[in-house]
Amino acid sequence: MDFLNALVAFANFVFVPGLAYGAQLAIGALGVTMIYGILRFSNFAHGDTMAFGTAVTIKMTALLIAMGVSFGPLPTALLALPFGIGATIVLVLLIDWLVYQFYRQQKASPVILVIVSMGVMFVMNGIVRFYIGVDDIRFADGERFIITAREFRDLTGLREGLAIRTTQVITVVVALIAMALLFWFLNKTRTGKSMRAFSDNEDLALLSGINPDWVVKVTWMIVAALATTAGVLYGLDKSFKAFTYFQLLLPIFAAAIVGGLGNPLGAIAGGFVIAFSEVTITYAWKKVLTYLMPESLEPDGLVQLLSTDYKFAVSFAILIIVLLFKPTGLFKGQSV
Amino acid sequence: MSTQVRDTALFGLVAVLLIGTGMIQGWNSALLILNMGLISAIMALGVNLQWGFAGLFNIGVMGFVALGGLATVLVSTDPVPEAWQAGGLRIMAGLVLGALTVVAAVQAQKRLEGRVKTIATLVILVGGFFLYRAVFDPGKVAVEAVNPASTGNLGGLNLPILLSWPVGGLLAAGAAWVIGKTALGLRSDYLAIATLGIAEIIIAVLKNEDWLARGVKNVIGLDRPVPYEIDLQQDPGFVERAASLGLDPVTASTLYTKIGYAILFTIVLLIILWLAQKALNSPWGRMMRAIRDNETAAEAMGKDVKGRHLQIFILGSAVCGVAGAMMTTLDGQLTPGTYQPLRFTFLIWVMVIVGGSGNNFGAVLGGMLIWWLWVQVEPLGLGLMNILSSGLADGSALKDRMIESAAHMRLFTMGVILLLVLRFSPRGLIPER
Repeated sequence: MDFLNALVAFANFVFVPGLAYGAQLAIGALGVTMIYGILRFSNFAHGDTMAFGTAVTIKMTALLIAMGVSFGPLPTALLALPFGIGATIVLVLLIDWLVYQFYRQQKASPVILVIVSMGVMFVMNGIVRFYIGVDDIRFADGERFIITAREFRDLTGLREGLAIRTTQVITVVVALIAMALLFWFLNKTRTGKSMRAFSDNEDLALLSGINPDWVVKVTWMIVAALATTAGVLYGLDKSFKAFTYFQLLLPIFAAAIVGGLGNPLGAIAGGFVIAFSEVTITYAWKKVLTYLMPESLEPDGLVQLLSTDYKFAVSFAILIIVLLFKPTGLFKGQSV
Repeated sequence: MSTQVRDTALFGLVAVLLIGTGMIQGWNSALLILNMGLISAIMALGVNLQWGFAGLFNIGVMGFVALGGLATVLVSTDPVPEAWQAGGLRIMAGLVLGALTVVAAVQAQKRLEGRVKTIATLVILVGGFFLYRAVFDPGKVAVEAVNPASTGNLGGLNLPILLSWPVGGLLAAGAAWVIGKTALGLRSDYLAIATLGIAEIIIAVLKNEDWLARGVKNVIGLDRPVPYEIDLQQDPGFVERAASLGLDPVTASTLYTKIGYAILFTIVLLIILWLAQKALNSPWGRMMRAIRDNETAAEAMGKDVKGRHLQIFILGSAVCGVAGAMMTTLDGQLTPGTYQPLRFTFLIWVMVIVGGSGNNFGAVLGGMLIWWLWVQVEPLGLGLMNILSSGLADGSALKDRMIESAAHMRLFTMGVILLLVLRFSPRGLIPER
């Protein structure tokens, strides 16, 4: 029995990566859920919006580095992030004006808007490929670790090391800031309140003089900011590849639906639920269990419930279970 | 212009495009496009059944297409007796156990009440999972260890590959039944996400379960329903006939096999199109559209909405499965790594929407037309970029950039076409009548 070592191994391989991944999914899911709550459709172009914002941030980062600007131990990409957000805001507002506005005025059914968003997805995917190509890009610079496994072992004298990467801490911190800002905005400001009113009851909101165009514009701006942030954090933590971002759509939607579509709190909870389930179910528990079990009972296999390639299956299974037993999600979401 | 003339003209346009391709780029490329176009048309018919007839939002087309591809391997390749001896029975027993677990869990859900139900279901699922892994895993390891460089899987039944087309349909139908049973009650966008996930899972299974179809090691050299070019070139009779047509034997043999495929595919397309037309114009088809247009009213009229949805979901997926098997047959290999949702799900959707959802001829037209564009956008884009950048100096960064970016024109163009059609002609080129 070696409880401490087991705990450290658990933290190193499950908890810390899960926390960072969960924060990334949560911010992504917040964007999806905002669109759903206010514009009332599932935005399939969200993954590619994230990719676009990240691509601009990467280009800007390269430019900043070339100019000799750096952010000390932190990744330069954080300095470039506002530019990425700005560019994404311009793009989504343009697309809204060119594409979505027409269907809003027509009061088209949500499923038509979903198909329209499929078209936007293709276009954005094309734009990202034009702009930055299809390669795998790593753009994290600055200090890689806050504490490496070796330093941790030397410090504590334990057999297991706990490595915490800078990007993981940044992810969690930035995610917390973004969430705090969002909730402050939604609950305290006039525009935020009118957005919530619009989401709750569109007709009543219109009747009380809320300007729908403004609400929609602000929503797109927030969504662009959230999508870019989520994309940059994911890219810093892992790497940027246009196709991977497209595939993120599935866990992000799963997170938003599990939490209850249209409910921001739910999206955050959903993000962590999906992330931790993915990590725990696809992690090989042998290491942790060897510390916990008496020697005679030590597992000889990897004790991995599912191979990592099946991580989609995990988000999917959770999605189905929640939908079958609690159709509006863990937190009460909207049902159209 | 009457609708019939218009429709004929549109199909004429596709024919002109294909013939033009043949004259400019060679008949080989034209036939390649035609063959994949025919397969795409069948996929589009399948999606049109689900979306056009019944309004089911299935974006897991890729999964069903891949299952069809799996069928070709399971039907046509030679069985591997050593692998069956090593662990085939264990794998089968494991799969049966897994299926029994699911059935038992579903029964527990149906029969039991309250807390007992939850606990029983959990015990069955968790216990069943470990039991399944305990039986299945050693079998899997043993099978995959048998000559992994060339087989490492259980192999197939060594039957004619044409038989794999209907089998592909059956496999897809079976998967659709399971998915439909669980997910069809969901709202349209939930169903969409669910099917998107299923497709990814099917691809993950194909990539990772090496005992099934060798995973990412791919299965190459599948049987062919048409003769091999090399055999034709060595056949004196064929060479003589080619010479009498003024063709050299190599070109003649490639054209001959491609035309063979085209004939086979056209037959399948016509059968499915005929069936779909019959279905659309039957009382069943009218009921389907009634359900699509107003579920509540249809239900009030005593129609079994859920049952009908399940039915058409299975039928549409089966059609996609058949097309998938045909495509893998045409490729001659199963490469799970090449299945991508943009190409195999969303592109098919573009075909259906552009062609005209709810109209079978529209789906066929969309399939052929969009496939032609998909192939040709790249050379066209390259030509365009060459013209646009002709004023720039050779080797300038911008010029290189522009020419390089032509490779990414496809997705962008498809998106723009989809958006334009949705905006200005939302019912498609050949609208529903």
